[in-house]
Amino acid sequence: MLPLNEMAISDSFFGQKFGITVHDLESYLSEALAAGGDYADLYFEYLATSNLSIDESIVKSAVQGVSLGVGVRVIAGERTGYAYSGDLSPDKIRHAARVAACIAKGPSQIEKTGFDESHKRNLYPLLTAPHETSLAERVDLVKRADRAARAYDKRVFHAQASYIDSLRYVLVATSDGVLSFDRQPLARLGVSVLARDGDGSPQRGYAGGGGRVALDFFLNEKTPEHFAQEAARQAIVQLDAVSAPAGEMTVVLGPGWPGILLHEAVGHGLEADFNRKKVSAFSDRIGQQVASPLVTVIDDGTIRNRRGSLNVDDEGVPTERNLLIENGVLRGYLFDKLSSRLLRSGTTGNGRRESYQHIPMPRMTNTFMLAGDSDPGDIVRSVPRGLYCASFGGGQVDITSGNFVFSASESYLIEDGKITRPVRGATLTGNGPEALKYVSMVGNDLQLDEGVGICGKEGQSVPVGVGIPTIKLDRMTVGGTAG
Amino acid sequence: MIDPELATETIRLALDRGATDAECTLAEGEEFSALVRMRSLETLKDAGSRAAGLRVLVGQRVGSSYTSDLSAEGIRKLVDSAIELAAISSEDPHAGLPDPSELGKLTGDLQLFSADVNTLDTGYRIEQARQTEEAAFATDPRITNSEGASFSAYSGERLFANSRGFLGSYRTSSCSLSATPVAREGEFMERDYWYSSARSYSRIESPAHIGRRAAERTVRRLGARKVATQKVPVIFDPQTARSLLGNIFDAVEGDAIYRQASFLAGKLGERVASENVTIIDDGTLPGLFGTSPFDDEGVPSRRTVVIDRGVLRSYLLNTYTALKLAMKTTGNAARGITGNTGVGHGNLFLEKGERSPDELVRGIRKGLYVTELIGSGVNIVTGDYSRGAAGQWIENGEFAYPVSEITIASTLRRMLMDIESPGSDLEFRSSVASPTLVIREMTISGQ
Repeated sequence: MLPLNEMAISDSFFGQKFGITVHDLESYLSEALAAGGDYADLYFEYLATSNLSIDESIVKSAVQGVSLGVGVRVIAGERTGYAYSGDLSPDKIRHAARVAACIAKGPSQIEKTGFDESHKRNLYPLLTAPHETSLAERVDLVKRADRAARAYDKRVFHAQASYIDSLRYVLVATSDGVLSFDRQPLARLGVSVLARDGDGSPQRGYAGGGGRVALDFFLNEKTPEHFAQEAARQAIVQLDAVSAPAGEMTVVLGPGWPGILLHEAVGHGLEADFNRKKVSAFSDRIGQQVASPLVTVIDDGTIRNRRGSLNVDDEGVPTERNLLIENGVLRGYLFDKLSSRLLRSGTTGNGRRESYQHIPMPRMTNTFMLAGDSDPGDIVRSVPRGLYCASFGGGQVDITSGNFVFSASESYLIEDGKITRPVRGATLTGNGPEALKYVSMVGNDLQLDEGVGICGKEGQSVPVGVGIPTIKLDRMTVGGTAG
Repeated sequence: MIDPELATETIRLALDRGATDAECTLAEGEEFSALVRMRSLETLKDAGSRAAGLRVLVGQRVGSSYTSDLSAEGIRKLVDSAIELAAISSEDPHAGLPDPSELGKLTGDLQLFSADVNTLDTGYRIEQARQTEEAAFATDPRITNSEGASFSAYSGERLFANSRGFLGSYRTSSCSLSATPVAREGEFMERDYWYSSARSYSRIESPAHIGRRAAERTVRRLGARKVATQKVPVIFDPQTARSLLGNIFDAVEGDAIYRQASFLAGKLGERVASENVTIIDDGTLPGLFGTSPFDDEGVPSRRTVVIDRGVLRSYLLNTYTALKLAMKTTGNAARGITGNTGVGHGNLFLEKGERSPDELVRGIRKGLYVTELIGSGVNIVTGDYSRGAAGQWIENGEFAYPVSEITIASTLRRMLMDIESPGSDLEFRSSVASPTLVIREMTISGQ
């Protein structure tokens, strides 16, 4: 009988398709550590994608593709050597290992003693990933979205819908004996609509969602019609929008996607690479009050079927539910392996990378604020004059100064405790360690977003999720043009 | 080196399988980067990759595919996949390849490749990064930390072929040196960066210059205040002006125009900017990042005047968007490795004026000099503009103090009309370039 991990690998995608064995992995890791170093790992990736889109009711674009490769990393102290190969032949992988090994000097300190397969669970147990279903079924999603967007209102004059899915197989083998496999499905449907009233200026609406879900999700839970109608509704609302106000005011964020506030205001600043280097506005602030006592923020990579979830991160570490801020007090950072080694901390399962061509770093998964006690209606009623933000575009943060922005795509004036006129897009700005101190009410209506988030950091994009209940911020700067 | 036979063979296979037309792109590249942080080497990366892309037409239906597996088996799957996708797409009356009379390439040496980016010794490259960071530390004692300095290099080749007889390839290289210092003073901590990049190592600025500039840009941000909400003139430095030019590109590219998803749609021949504004796209200038012998569907690169003294003269188009608008392609087709082409730019720049940046600042009684913009608050459909900003407050023609945590807002329509004489400081540091720009008035949102 074969030892357990030899069976695991021969049954795995890479064992079956490329004949990779435990012996191969050990020999590549030995090569990587031949010049010394404290740690080495291999990241094998096979990524298949589909992208189908409709525009002007014509399916104009249909793209499929495959990319595969292996990344080899060697860590020696604070140094990282990295090389990759798009070719899985043994001599090419050995060459990459030798290149990565150049970072280290001196005899190896590591004795390789086999692998243990990392914790097994499945947060996205799909028998059939969307990528494995028929193209006809999937292209039907964009056709339905197009029809629904046009049917919503006669002022809709243009619609575009795109459906993107991927199926990623990964194998991570490390010199500290971790062997992990994962099969990661991901799918997303997005609809963009333009509407116009007579000769007026066109307005755009966008909605989308998905996750690590089966195709069934788009047939029974969040249908193409759902996203299309939401996109069309947003565009129509904007037709009556007035200029956004300018200056500091009370801001109420609606539930769900506005959780991007947390991603920008605190999430990035808590990534441990920045804190190891002490370049974050949150460096050395563990235990300090960085938000109102009403605020508890979690990053959780273990929520079933969510876009930001992973069974194991891209370093083979199981993801976790991590407490970042508890009742306003800073409790923890998000770690990758390098940061956890250098800061002598435990891992949190946040080491992620865009592909085999990229070095892992600490990244968020699904970041959200826990629900509070307030009724969302009471929150709005408590505001004499302010801004209610229902949906956002993107955001960005300067982690060193802590200044962040996020751009409202659907917002309304609050006048005398009532949501009144829609206002045009405006950017909101604040400072990370200060902004959440002004949270004075937290709703009981926590929602996670519908599954569209893409986070960019140092040139690498990864899928993420956010979530938030309705909250009231007593003070925030709104960047409109009206006095 | 890429084998042209692989592309012609892939196209032949696609035609055999029923494609009526086909386009194949092959690309390969090698990247190197070294990051030095706090005086020691922190990251070294060295690797190469290749990929193939195929787009087929079966009548008026289109399918596209890509692969990183260039084996015979990989190419067979590439072809099968594209053909299969064409079958599920719709008839698009405008789909097609460029007319054969449009195909072609610029001749002569465009200076896109320089072997020097590859031949430098690794130790030397690391030393360049180390000296750059050191120069930043040496500039000011408040530079106490660093996100590092890096040396990176890239070289690669791109080949494009189609079933109408076009076959062309070119090599490119690039090299860059950058530093991101962190400054601290009391409670304030700030970071900024500076960089130099070029197609040849010989044209990179010195480590001493880059490090010093990065440090100066960082320390001048210390002690930033938030100003009151008000309307004032705003000066965009060349870096932030470049991003504004990027917004204008998004508003004149063919896809946004034919969908009427741009505030400049239907404005050809009209005055859309102040007469100080002339914007040109030129893909033919030797040695620059926006230059190429042909675009991503085999049409020669060229020079197009987009806005001439305030009047919108041309959109930027590929074959598809040109056909939709009953116009001619401007040689601006762009795509990654596969798929329908989008629209890209060559070297997109705003023509410089007479006055130095110092003179422009001296001409402002009270206003904002913007050195950083963050966030995505630009709506090309409506032209609404609202972005996070940081920079220097100007009082009586001089920098008074740094500002941050504010937004600046207007509409692109008004901003274009409000551009006063551009500065004399036009420099091609990347494929988009602008001199310093003064915008007559924007809303600052702060306290």
